[in-house]
This record gives sequence, C-alpha cells and structure tokens, in this order.
Amino acid sequence: MNIDKKIADDLVANDISFVTTVPCKQLAGVIEEVDTRDEIFHIPSNKEDEGMGLCAGAWMGGKRPAIIMQNTAIGVTINTLATLIQYYRMPLPMLISYRGELREPVACQVEMAVHTKALLAQMAIPTYHFHKQSDVEELDMILKYTFMCNKPVAILTDANFWGGYGDQ
Amino acid sequence: MIRSEILKEIAPILRDQLVVCNIGIPSQELHAIDDQPTNFYMLGTMGLSSSIGLGLALAQDKTVISIDGDGSVLTNLCTLPTIANNVADNYILMIIDNGSYGSTGDQPTYTGKKTSLAGMARAAGCDNVVEVMDVDTGPALEKAIAERKMTVMVVKCESGNAKMPVITMDPVVIKDRFMKAVQA
Repeated sequence: MNIDKKIADDLVANDISFVTTVPCKQLAGVIEEVDTRDEIFHIPSNKEDEGMGLCAGAWMGGKRPAIIMQNTAIGVTINTLATLIQYYRMPLPMLISYRGELREPVACQVEMAVHTKALLAQMAIPTYHFHKQSDVEELDMILKYTFMCNKPVAILTDANFWGGYGDQ
Repeated sequence: MIRSEILKEIAPILRDQLVVCNIGIPSQELHAIDDQPTNFYMLGTMGLSSSIGLGLALAQDKTVISIDGDGSVLTNLCTLPTIANNVADNYILMIIDNGSYGSTGDQPTYTGKKTSLAGMARAAGCDNVVEVMDVDTGPALEKAIAERKMTVMVVKCESGNAKMPVITMDPVVIKDRFMKAVQA
C-alpha cells in the first residue's frame, strides 16, 4: 500500500478541496501527492496559524479544508485553535507528523512530542495516533467524523507509521 | 482622520461586499457603524484577518475585503508572501495603518517609525500595492473593487479609537449568518 496515495485518495473522496501544508520530512511524500491532485487546491503556508486562518476562510467560502503540519505546530496554534476554529465551531482535519516518537533520530523533537498529546487533550481535541501502516484505514472514518462534529481533529502519524527514517 | 471616521465614510462601499474585520476595536467600530450579515467579525486571533480573507477569496468568486491593522499584519507578516504567490483577483487587503496598537492603548508600532508595510508587501511579491491617505480611502477602495485585481491597500491615518460597545453576538451566529451571506 502507498500511504501517501491512500491519504490523498481519502481527502478527495471526502470532498476536501483546500489543503494547506507546512512541510516535514515525513510528510514530503503526501504533500507531493496532494500537489498533484486536480481536485485539491494546495496552498503552502509559512506558519501553521496562518494556515488555519486560510482554512477558516475556505470553509466559510464553501470548501472543505485540511491542514498538514508537524506536531511542533501545536505549540504555535493553541490560540488559533481556541479562539478561531473552536470558538466559531469549524471543522478542521489536522494531519500531523508526530516527531519525537519511536525511531526519532533528533533528540530535540522529543521535547515537543512529550507535550503533544497532553496539549491536545487539554484542548479537548479528538486525537488519533497512527503507529502502524494499517492504521491509515481509519482515516476515511476520521474525516467523516470531523465534518460531522465541526471540530478540529488531530491525526498524529509517527515515524513507525511512515516507515522510519531510512538509513539513519 | 482616525480609523472609525474612515469606516464611517466607506461603510456604504463595504455594505455590498464580503468583509473580514480585524480583532478588537476595528470590529467593534464596524459593528456599531453598520452591522451587516456580510461582515465577519473576529473576536480573537490577532493577525489572521488577511489569512481568513485570502482563504475565503480563493474558495469562491465574490469580492472579499480584509480589513486589517498595522499591528496585526506585523504579527502575521508571513501572510504577505502567501498573498503574493496565490493571486485571488477578488481579494483586497486593506490595512488601516495608524502606526499604533489601537485596541491595547495606542502603543506605537514600527510602521510609525522606519517600517513601510507597502514596501514589505512589494518585497513579498504583491503586484498591486497602493498607499493612500485617510481622506482618499473611499475612491481608492472603489477603484480596487472595480478593477477586480488583487490589491493591497495601505491606508495611512491618525492613531485613535471611537468608544464603541463590545460585540456580544455569539461567534457561531456571526459565522452562520456570514456563511449564508456568502452563499446568497
């Protein structure tokens, strides 16, 4: 199974047509795949709170949005999640690379990893953790759930899910 | 002129457009001067008026005006390259630049000193950047709407706020009413 293609297929199948991204090494493949899809307008952001603003606007303009980012972005976007996405009750699937988990080579990434789930729990954000490739089978249901409940929803995808870091 | 005087003057122009209005006193002033379902008031999230407006403009065809401030643009400067590189000709970013953080007590921003937001927008790659004085805002805005070409307007004016009530409308009501107006 090519998980990059599967993720992009699920986005398209759920009518998600506006995707903003801030890159991560682990997300490179899925970002590239999203960029090739005619059904999706891909707009890279410079910062994740900016990206959430773009998504809020696109949602109010009639498009289903999604954001693809690293878990360090949770530290950047707490205020935007609370005062924009949650306060105005908007749906936002967040596909998040979960750096600092098993098979992580960069120690500093662990420093945000240990706070990631606690912050998401504190924000009462529904959170799913993809650890094995087969976990991707739940993505379609998670996307439907997100647009059913009009909430931001986090999908944490760790290094094991993406197949590790190659030679490192 | 101060911002509220400009908003009063351009209210008849804004009335027919989709408007995303900046957090704090700017939204309170617009709400008090001319509340419309086509106005999206930001109750929080400083800095994202331009981003919300751009997302909205890219998602549908109606003209969108983001009313922003110098302090808010400075806090989300990365918006300028994103705007420049994702051209939406139905999008106008109107930055009311009074050189101060109005909602927090008129502390000076750097745009009242050496920094030029118009210069930064141009350097970011925005093609159509105009800097106007407060008294010229109405005609400049009408021109930008008529041209239907993505425009960044920097409106230079005096620092100061009108005393207006806090917006008590529920955020979900603001959003729902706005989304219906977008679809209408």
